[in-house]
Amino acid sequence: MSSRMSRIGLRVASGLTLAFLYIPIVIVVIYAFNDSKNQSWVRLIDSIGERGFGGTFSLHWFDIAVNNDQVRESFFLSLQAAVGATLVALILGSAAAFAVHRHRFFGRDAVSFIVVLPIALPGIVTGMALNAAMNAGIRGFDVGPLHLTSPQFGIFTIIVGHATFCVVVVYNNVVARLRRLGHSLEEASMDLGADSWQTFRRITFPALATAVVAGALLAFALSFDEIIVTTFTAGTEQTLPIWIFANFRLPNARPIVNVVALGMILLSVFPVYLSARLAGSESAGSIR
Amino acid sequence: MTAIDTPTAIPTSLLRRASAALYRRPRLVLGALLAPPVLWLVVVYLGSLILLLVSSLWRLDPITTVIVREPSLQNFAELFSLDKPYLGIAAHTAAIAAIVTLVDAALAFPLAFFMARVASPRTRGILFIAITLPLWISYLVRVYSWRIILSDDGFLNWILGFVGLTGPGSLGDLPIALVFSYIWLPYMILPVYASLERIPQSLLEASSDLGGHAWMTFRRIILPLAFPGIVAGSIFTFSLTLGDYITPTIFSGDQFIGNVVFGHVGVSGNLPFAAAYATVPVMIMAAYLLIARRLGAFEAL
Repeated sequence: MSSRMSRIGLRVASGLTLAFLYIPIVIVVIYAFNDSKNQSWVRLIDSIGERGFGGTFSLHWFDIAVNNDQVRESFFLSLQAAVGATLVALILGSAAAFAVHRHRFFGRDAVSFIVVLPIALPGIVTGMALNAAMNAGIRGFDVGPLHLTSPQFGIFTIIVGHATFCVVVVYNNVVARLRRLGHSLEEASMDLGADSWQTFRRITFPALATAVVAGALLAFALSFDEIIVTTFTAGTEQTLPIWIFANFRLPNARPIVNVVALGMILLSVFPVYLSARLAGSESAGSIR
Repeated sequence: MTAIDTPTAIPTSLLRRASAALYRRPRLVLGALLAPPVLWLVVVYLGSLILLLVSSLWRLDPITTVIVREPSLQNFAELFSLDKPYLGIAAHTAAIAAIVTLVDAALAFPLAFFMARVASPRTRGILFIAITLPLWISYLVRVYSWRIILSDDGFLNWILGFVGLTGPGSLGDLPIALVFSYIWLPYMILPVYASLERIPQSLLEASSDLGGHAWMTFRRIILPLAFPGIVAGSIFTFSLTLGDYITPTIFSGDQFIGNVVFGHVGVSGNLPFAAAYATVPVMIMAAYLLIARRLGAFEAL
């Protein structure tokens, strides 16, 4: 008896936990389609009763959000930052992964530690540290003898901040693939007379490509969503998350915020889905 | 593989000679590979962290609001002074973090157990994706959704209204603890799942063969073996709560380490004090990690 009861109880509890995980996400999606400016859930339900689904839901606010100048600017800034940070992370993360996998050197174990540190420490610590260093750097330019144009907080500093914590996802994906790959294929290639460039181009790179792309997609999703480090490195510029944070309290902006929130959900789910398909089961989600 | 251009390419190709030369100098390759990431992470990132630590020893002159670059422990003296609110705020943050950890452990366990011991491999795979996916959805969007849900005329009050209850509202510690529990829950489920999955079936059978009924087996076998997983998950739930300021800001809580740090950077421009206070969550976590290692949490990660 108790076994049967506990099994049912287990299923119910698991189902409730899953519902807890997904209800908030579903609710944001529903709100994005809400035609009314009123944000009351009760009103929304009443409206479905009075006017039906067609009268309650529409793409009205999508139109307004897409044509909103601030939303557009923030979106493109976020996109630029994510692409820039992903490219930097791609280079740094792959290089670090190759170094750790192929070579023995002093401090090798420290590499995986230093790579994780930017996401292991609280975001506010990473953000403040980068902010302090960037401030010092910008001041240094100003008083320097060369009188170069000093760099300002903006897209450049955002990319520096994002790339710092994105390196880890590329690194983890590439290292996992290199480990699984082993050395035998490359040795066989060299034994058959290929030089190391040919081996890299014909054997190593094709075997790694999907892991590299998977890591890049995760880095993109990570960068696109980030808010804490960005707050400290963006100066007065607004990425999409910062725009949401600045506007979610304003009643006039709420319907637009809902649409932007849905957009951000899609822009993380889609790359992560692709990444999981590319990387196979071994790495998706193992990093966060 | 198509015909590799072997015989003709051997003596002439510049590329081939270059790659052979590099092959004979692995240290040069290593240097080229290691230099960019090390320069970036060690010089830029570790350098910034050290600068932050050093600046925690500076102080802000309250009259001129200029940062005085002379090392002193004044910020830390202020931090640990009982006349100031900072110790209390740190304790409050740690208490909320502890509550969040307990709530998450309680919520995570049934689902993790179902995944590890009951579900078919197919269902398990789907659940695994279902649990990791929210981690990739924007943190801010997930917190914002709770702001909608918890508002007075929101979803929660509507659904609780059917049984005559009202929700915790959208101000203060209760919604903050609830939202933190929601946001960090997957970080708890995954390590608990990993630790439960590793329990050999034979142990459970041996327990019931020896007369242990379900509750006994759960308490004496499963729970002790899952404990390192819970501790591993608690590292995330605890540390992420300690350093956060976005969720408290959205739900109007000001008694959190993150908020006070953020306020000192932004409003008063007192970076030295903010830097000093930011070392508090790092120190709490360092102590926590030492304890967690003794409890065997690192094997469960």
